[in-house]
Amino acid sequence: MKRVVMPGNETVAHAAVAAGCRFYAGYPITPSSELAAEMSKLLPKVGGKFIQMEDEIASMAAAIGASVAGYKAMTATSGPGFSLKQEHIGLACMMEVPVVIVNVMRGGPSTGLPTHPAQGDVMQARWGTHGDHPIIALAPAFPTEIYMETIRAFNLAERFRNPVILLLDEILAHTYEVVDIPEPEEIELVDRKLPPSGLDRLDFYTYQRKEGDPPLLPNFFQGYNFHFESLAHDEMGFPTTDPEKVAYISRLREAKIEKHREEIWKNDEYMLEDAEIVIFAYGSVARSAKEAINRLRSEGIKVGLFRPITLWPFPDQPLRRAVGERKVLVAEMNLGQMVYEVERALRRDVFTLFKADGTPISPVEIMDKIKGELI
Amino acid sequence: MSYMDYVRTFKLPHSWCPGCGIGTIMQAIVRAFDALGWKNEDIAFITGIGCSGRMSTYINTNSMHTTHGRPLAFATGVKLARPDKHVVVVSGDGDALAIGGNHFIHAARRNIDIKLVIINNSVYGMTGGQVSPTTPQMFRTQTTPYGNIEPNFDVVKLAIAAGATFVARESVTRPRNLEKVIEKSFLHKGFSVVEAISNCHINLGRRNKLKDQITMLRWINDRIIPMNVAKRKSPEEIKDKIILGVFHEDKEREEYTQLYEKLVETVRGSK
Repeated sequence: MKRVVMPGNETVAHAAVAAGCRFYAGYPITPSSELAAEMSKLLPKVGGKFIQMEDEIASMAAAIGASVAGYKAMTATSGPGFSLKQEHIGLACMMEVPVVIVNVMRGGPSTGLPTHPAQGDVMQARWGTHGDHPIIALAPAFPTEIYMETIRAFNLAERFRNPVILLLDEILAHTYEVVDIPEPEEIELVDRKLPPSGLDRLDFYTYQRKEGDPPLLPNFFQGYNFHFESLAHDEMGFPTTDPEKVAYISRLREAKIEKHREEIWKNDEYMLEDAEIVIFAYGSVARSAKEAINRLRSEGIKVGLFRPITLWPFPDQPLRRAVGERKVLVAEMNLGQMVYEVERALRRDVFTLFKADGTPISPVEIMDKIKGELI
Repeated sequence: MSYMDYVRTFKLPHSWCPGCGIGTIMQAIVRAFDALGWKNEDIAFITGIGCSGRMSTYINTNSMHTTHGRPLAFATGVKLARPDKHVVVVSGDGDALAIGGNHFIHAARRNIDIKLVIINNSVYGMTGGQVSPTTPQMFRTQTTPYGNIEPNFDVVKLAIAAGATFVARESVTRPRNLEKVIEKSFLHKGFSVVEAISNCHINLGRRNKLKDQITMLRWINDRIIPMNVAKRKSPEEIKDKIILGVFHEDKEREEYTQLYEKLVETVRGSK
């Protein structure tokens, strides 16, 4: 293990390279730009490819193109750029191409607050692109966790052949903190499964598979004349409007994530066992929540934390199991987004602490809320 | 090998209208593949959206049907990932020059070794015939019912100005010339652009008294003029003509992925 000090943006870059990422396409945008800068330094050294594209849309496209050509590929952005990338995130879902998208969240909507933190894109991470589609989104909260979740993002993308969105915010991206970097041999890496090479021809029904499995698609130049299609396609990958075929492939796309939710879910629980009040928080807000919990407990108020690290698919069952009938406070840096998922999972109303003014939610604000309304 | 080995014959019949020039262009492309002896599995064939976008379905290589206007951006990722392979993009006038205009000029600026064929039928055909960046002035389209007041792009000038190192224009009315110039562009190392003038009698012609393919192809044929012939004419005589030929070929400028490889060598060497 190596101990270094760096900001979240650089942590993601180093972790991506450790995860096997060898292609980065990006476009400058605050507060994610340092991530691209770090990748531009690191990638040529390991024989990887870095390109600054002409816009956000093109950088998402180039990353997908490189992934189709066999590379582990990534792009990073922030709110406005994330909006622009949405069409291609949907394309990667549709074609079932692995790719990692980092979104360093800042205040929105529109240009909003470029240099200030927010958590206003969590629903966009789920539903930003049009149409029904499966998605995975991760929201680490601590420096070493950012490193490990970046690696997990690549592993999940490769395993399920799907875009994975890594959500940071401006605080996590810019704060210099101590990161414990594991030795390469301690890191487990996942590579996409490919059909065997050297066959006379590929079984044409490539998109057909057992429900729950990702498809076994070849990379470009693997020796098969395979077609990647943005239109609704049949089990061979060619366009179709046949309702049965459309529904069939669509169901398979959803099932590969749906059936492996337990594997994808990851939560952190803090002081939850004897807690009378549960805070639901993710990302940097969870750190304020932990501090608030410590201080409240010193005053004899028993509070605990449920912190989802996987935001999508939403951990409804783990949350329900962990929380039970206890009072819940949802704290997030937006005007109420994940709270609706929490209420859906728990099937009841919860207490809320929302803030979307560009400043973080402080431990004191959480303490005041709990003292004022929950006890 | 025959050029039909580059066609997914099991996907035929195709979805294009009878008499469309796109078939001529597709055949010119696969004939060029065949003439060059390129292996199917060494080619990435990438298209955007529109009538031109459908071509990737029928070309028997590694292929990708992407989003509207962005095939060059995907192709840039593919080519940078695998500089040793052939990357070919086919795009329409709306796809390449309107929604994809930014990617077009920047791919040209980088001089990345992508072979672009622009099918210029001067209209958005698949969506029913709306005005495009190359629709002639005063032409009627679905969205210019009183005539198009906007000037149109000169694709050749645009490509040269943006930095493309091989720029040519041909017409579906001269299929053999089209095939030869496409073949030549495929041999070029760098960003190449072939503008293929095509006909959309269905969605452009019928609104402009050119309602069948023969009438429209005649109209195209009357307007084109080969470069060597044009050189002997006065500016007045060729004012409204579409000049065909190779306009620009720069073999000196270094290609992007080669420059990148050099950069990697330098960086790794200086470690």
